[in-house]
Amino acid sequence: MLHVNGVDHLVCVEARRSLADTLRQDCGLTGTHVGCEHGVCGSCTVIVDGVAVRACLMFAVQAQGLPIRTVEGLACGDILHPLQEAFIAHHGLQCGFCTPGFLMLAAAALEQDAWLDDAAILDLVSSNLCRCTGYQTILAAVKAAAIVMREEA
Amino acid sequence: MTTWVGRSIRRFEDPALVRGQGRFTADLPAARWVRFVRSPVASGLVERITPPAGSVCITHADLVGVRPIKPMLDRFDYVPIEQPLLAKACVRYVGDLVAAVLGTTAADAEDIADQVLLDITALQPVMDTPSALAEDAPVVHAGMSDNIVVRAQMCTPGHAQAWAAADRIIDCDIRSHRQSGQPIEARAAHAAWDSSGRVTLTCTAQMPHLMRTAIADLLDMPEADLRVVAPDVGGGFGQKMSLAPEYALVVWLARKFRTSIAWVEDRRENLMASFHSRDLAISVQGAFDAQARLVALSGDVLANVGAYAPYPNTAAVEPLMSFAELPGPYAVAEYACLARGVVTNTCASAPYRGVSRPALTLAMERLMDKAARSFGLLPEEIRRRNLVQQFPHTSPTGLIYDTASYRETMELALRVADLTRFRQRQVTARVEKRYLGVGIATFCERTGYGSPAFAARGMGVTPGWETVQLAMDPSGFVEARIGASPHGQGLRTTLAQIIADAVGIVPERVRIIHGDTDRTPYGWGTFASRSLVISGGACLIAAQQLHTRLCRVASIMLEAAEADIELRDGIARVAGTDRTIAIADIARASYHGAHRFAESPGLQETASYDPLGTFSNATHIAFVDVDVETCAVRIERFIVAEDAGRLINPMIVDGQIRGGVAQGIANALYEEIVYDEHGDILTTTLADFLMPTAHEIPPLEIHHLETLSDASIIGAKGLGEGGTIGAPAAVLNAINDALQPFGAELDAMPATPLRIHDALRAART
Ligand code: FES
Ligand code: FES
Repeated sequence: MLHVNGVDHLVCVEARRSLADTLRQDCGLTGTHVGCEHGVCGSCTVIVDGVAVRACLMFAVQAQGLPIRTVEGLACGDILHPLQEAFIAHHGLQCGFCTPGFLMLAAAALEQDAWLDDAAILDLVSSNLCRCTGYQTILAAVKAAAIVMREEA
Repeated sequence: MTTWVGRSIRRFEDPALVRGQGRFTADLPAARWVRFVRSPVASGLVERITPPAGSVCITHADLVGVRPIKPMLDRFDYVPIEQPLLAKACVRYVGDLVAAVLGTTAADAEDIADQVLLDITALQPVMDTPSALAEDAPVVHAGMSDNIVVRAQMCTPGHAQAWAAADRIIDCDIRSHRQSGQPIEARAAHAAWDSSGRVTLTCTAQMPHLMRTAIADLLDMPEADLRVVAPDVGGGFGQKMSLAPEYALVVWLARKFRTSIAWVEDRRENLMASFHSRDLAISVQGAFDAQARLVALSGDVLANVGAYAPYPNTAAVEPLMSFAELPGPYAVAEYACLARGVVTNTCASAPYRGVSRPALTLAMERLMDKAARSFGLLPEEIRRRNLVQQFPHTSPTGLIYDTASYRETMELALRVADLTRFRQRQVTARVEKRYLGVGIATFCERTGYGSPAFAARGMGVTPGWETVQLAMDPSGFVEARIGASPHGQGLRTTLAQIIADAVGIVPERVRIIHGDTDRTPYGWGTFASRSLVISGGACLIAAQQLHTRLCRVASIMLEAAEADIELRDGIARVAGTDRTIAIADIARASYHGAHRFAESPGLQETASYDPLGTFSNATHIAFVDVDVETCAVRIERFIVAEDAGRLINPMIVDGQIRGGVAQGIANALYEEIVYDEHGDILTTTLADFLMPTAHEIPPLEIHHLETLSDASIIGAKGLGEGGTIGAPAAVLNAINDALQPFGAELDAMPATPLRIHDALRAART
């Protein structure tokens, strides 16, 4: 049983199946992307039990019973998460393939600590790869979202 | 009147993408999955392929009647080469396609592929251009007399005389090591057969219409039986422009097994067997007069094009572009060049953002810096003396440079840079053993060129024009169906801005339809910094036609002269009065009350645009700090002054520049595809092929000039590649500036710590 975005998914998978493949192919949640399957690019980042993880490096069975959050669960109905808003406003995406990974990476970090300073945000954002944006607009988006999240907190 | 053009409105693409609701090829479920068995050796004869018992394994022998990929170039000096979809008798690089196996899941197919036994007799491979050109080199393609696939040569009549009269000759030999575009979404294809016999191929493509034509030709099937869809595409950078043999095979499999078949490339395959690029050695010699003006230029271009030729561009694209565009932004009259493309046992080279221009710009910009030093001039001064300033300018290879601002753009960058101050700081830093450097790159970028430019290359397939079908529906919304195929460029937004202004509605009422051969007119797709200029031009023409039509109908409905009708913000108004009607009402009447107007019913307009092309231009200035102990390079500051004509959406323009410069910096410092001497590829993960992270890419200072040229009817020039073109030369010039106290020079990229270390050592001994 996988608890994803508050919904239970009963799936039967081989022990070797990654969490990324399981989310995408067995749960139908294709918002989590797979860019390298080597743990380098971070496109597959999801939040498991409050922590951002590379879903390509985790077996689905390891996530059994733990709360999992994917990009599909980030918005609250029609209301976008502050990070989603900020990525749009700051042009933090072009092709959008890396975006779910960056969003979940930043969501996990900022929900823990919305007061991250610029250096910490740079370290955070450098965990993942983006080929389109050159990163500066992603940094700007995460910083802007952090301010909003501080106010909301 | 512009209301929307020039504004940084939010992109229409984004809401779905940030919600994880993008639709990418790999998201589609399939009945069967294919895994390709690839050659483990660089050159060899396939003796036997033994699949595990009970498996479905397709080899060349199964592909009866399937044609090889054979891109043509109508030039006497080009040797066409063939690529069978699966290896026929020989394999020609590590990663070459040998067989295809099917499984019920991707993992299942991969397991089966691992059990396929390949019996291949390995042969001596040729890995680089020197060994491929050696007298006794084995030929990569049997039947060729040597390994040269294209050889272009020219010399202007006055070259020898100018050369003889020159004050001095400056040499520069640069080396651009092999690159790869590496979109974060690797390639993928999904072919679904339906009971009518038709196949829908969904794939990561930049040119869906041409994919359809090409695959139908290869498989000898009616084009009407194939639909090609490019859904959301996770970046292309050229890699998804050329025809992938895998896509054709996936279609073949879907037809053969009458089912849906998926292939999702993994990163290792992408690094090893998707297209590579820019494996180039360029030697330039500049003949300068006593005033440091470049009077004659000689170039020698050697391109390692890999084992096969990409369709449609052919294996000549890199050498011939270098040949045609080497003089760059400089007003040199006399030119001689020899450019050769050489096949080797490596992955095929194909266009990657900038194509060969990052390398040729490196050659020219290093030449200018070396010449400046020889004349005792500052780098900016020698450029002032040589940049083209009279427009239109005809280059020695016959390219026509339209109105631009080469000099003004450089001066703008220099003002921002304040080099006097920096050079003082550079001197004081040296005392503390810190080595700072500044590097300038000026360049022009040929963009938005239509069919005449491709015809001049002699391409068997001559791309260029674009068509748009524009329809306003009865509710007053506009749908624009385009042949271009964006994959991150934000064209759904920028084209909507152009159309909105031309029609007099808000961009939210414009939908851009792309990437589906069933729903869009034939077109060439998105590559070569062309879509905004050419598709945008076609959109503008069609939107103006629609505007005229709406005015005519409005004039009847409002009982006024057509010339007095103004369309704005969704309202038609008789100028200077309060007599108005909503454009949506005109639309409704055009369909449901068409009998009232002497017009064909409905509101459909079609337009095509096929321009000659336009040159945007830019200056990049990089400031670096080189640690001579570790040989690490830190970019302290990076300035871009760019003139791409009218900015349609400045936010998107800056995004293109940022992304391009990031790839340029990657090219300059980090990324390299490496083979060993046996032909094995050593860079097969992103931990070996070092794509930069946020730590490596500095903030950019971007400045714009907007020179309007009549070479583009929307006023905008293309700029998708410029960032990638200029950045490597700026960074390398800056490193060389920093290394000056040691007398060290480095003309190869990427400038890895090892290469910098070797350059320092060479200078010491
Ligand atoms: S796909 Fe998981 S890190 Fe790249
Ligand atoms: S937006 Fe394309 S990879 Fe990041």
